[in-house]
Amino acid sequence: MSEINPIVIFFAAIFTNNMILSNFLGMCSFIAVSSEIKTSLSLGQAVTFVLTFTTLLNWMVYHWLLVPLGLEYLRFIIFIIVIAAFTQLVEMIIDRYFQSLYYALGIFLPLITVNCAILGVSLFMVIRDYTLLQSMAFGVGSGLGWTLAIVTLAGIKQKIKNNPLPKGLEGAGITLIITGIMALAFIGFSGIVQIQ
Amino acid sequence: MNEIIISVLSVSGISGALALLLSIANKTIGNYGEMTLIINDEKEYKVDGGSSLLSTLVDEEIFIPSACGGKGSCGYCKVEVLEGGGQFLPTEAGYVTPVEQKKGIRLACQCKVKENIKIKIPEELFNVRQYDYKVDMLKLLTPTIMHVGLTLPEENEINFKPGQYIQILTPVYKENDEEVYRAYSVASNPVDKHKVELFLGYMQDGKCSTYIHKYLKEGDKLTVVGPFGDFHYHESDREIVMAAIGTGMAPIMSILKHMVEIKSERKATFYFGARTGEDLFMMDELREIEAKLPNFTFMPCLSRPRPEDNWTGEKGRVTDLIEKYITDASNMEAYLCGSPVMIDGVVDLLRQKKMAEEHIYYDKFE
Repeated sequence: MSEINPIVIFFAAIFTNNMILSNFLGMCSFIAVSSEIKTSLSLGQAVTFVLTFTTLLNWMVYHWLLVPLGLEYLRFIIFIIVIAAFTQLVEMIIDRYFQSLYYALGIFLPLITVNCAILGVSLFMVIRDYTLLQSMAFGVGSGLGWTLAIVTLAGIKQKIKNNPLPKGLEGAGITLIITGIMALAFIGFSGIVQIQ
Repeated sequence: MNEIIISVLSVSGISGALALLLSIANKTIGNYGEMTLIINDEKEYKVDGGSSLLSTLVDEEIFIPSACGGKGSCGYCKVEVLEGGGQFLPTEAGYVTPVEQKKGIRLACQCKVKENIKIKIPEELFNVRQYDYKVDMLKLLTPTIMHVGLTLPEENEINFKPGQYIQILTPVYKENDEEVYRAYSVASNPVDKHKVELFLGYMQDGKCSTYIHKYLKEGDKLTVVGPFGDFHYHESDREIVMAAIGTGMAPIMSILKHMVEIKSERKATFYFGARTGEDLFMMDELREIEAKLPNFTFMPCLSRPRPEDNWTGEKGRVTDLIEKYITDASNMEAYLCGSPVMIDGVVDLLRQKKMAEEHIYYDKFE
């Protein structure tokens, strides 16, 4: 097991190893649900919530069940099943208790299931050999990092909403360029800490 | 070997545990308790909340037209939601226009019952039921038209108005890989609540007609939903003009049988168009009805009689007959059934002869 302080991992996951901006994971909802700060913040919260708990669950399933049984190679299918079930549960809860959030997130809530960032975090946690505490810090941090990136993008998109754009760049085109520039900015943080 | 068993067991174990967790959540978090469903401000139902409006209605045996079965891909199950039902969903936007949206129109399969809900549906949908019929007659009337007789089990009955139609659920068979509903007008007497008769024309590549003509056998089961439609007999003392071609005879037949039943003395004429003598059917039955109804005349016409038909009756199309026999239609009403071309032609003609628009009832077979 690596000896990095969980707090370092937490901050690194937000800034230097941001899921979207340095690993380019979880792009589809990042591009699609980033037109309003409010909705993207809600989606970010939902992703953070799912990430935190699925990382925790997946760590337990992996280290307490798959490793002892020697079934590490089953981690893809198991992680996906856990994530899918957990997302379904979150959807039920939001549907019941947070009506307006349910309508705002729409189809993107069930799509969290296939958000690559979430599977990515679980897989990184295995590859980097994190402890339970480190994994939790990594999960929460990645969620917050994802939220930070999507909310920042939504803010920028809202600013340029009324600006004239070259025809070919409208929509996803300009979003990808903005993301690229944001990623460049975040590269500035890289090298401050090493978490792998 | 051991490893295979362990891996299968652990994957199933984890999936099973999660499935258990989700079903518990569905029973607790997903359980919205009992809700009140009020339809058309008169009927009140106590329903279990949480599922879609469409399936809730089906549970109460109210059948809203739906071709896709609740997948949100046909747009047929529109209902007017007056209260409750939550926000309009993006999944409905493709089928409900902004104007309809303002009136509260929703897709019943997408709208969930999470609170007490008030909706409005057409009155006749209360009558719509799904029935499993037994096929007890399949008889070719012409080379392309099949006379289908269906019987309901003793405990069920169907209440339809003369002229309405039912939908046949065509099952999956060799040349058809999806269940489809197809509409056919009922030709039998509405008094007989256990029987339905249909005239089913064969269509090249028609999913339902191919099934009926080639695969269905007497004694088989056939699932039917209905009755539907606002084309039906209206009681008044105006003279009646009826016109039909081909299988369009079916609803007219039902209306005529109804008129015999109520011993109607209304003046009525039925213009029936066919191509050759081979395409005429039910002639004896219609002559019988003519004998029973004092003021009814049956007038078949052939557009292309062949020499072997020995045709002595009228020649031409139904429009030619109407042109010839009707001069002033201002105090008449019309029941028309057939292809869109024929109906458009007859409607134009009747309008020229001063028939009031609201007295022209028609059912276009498309």
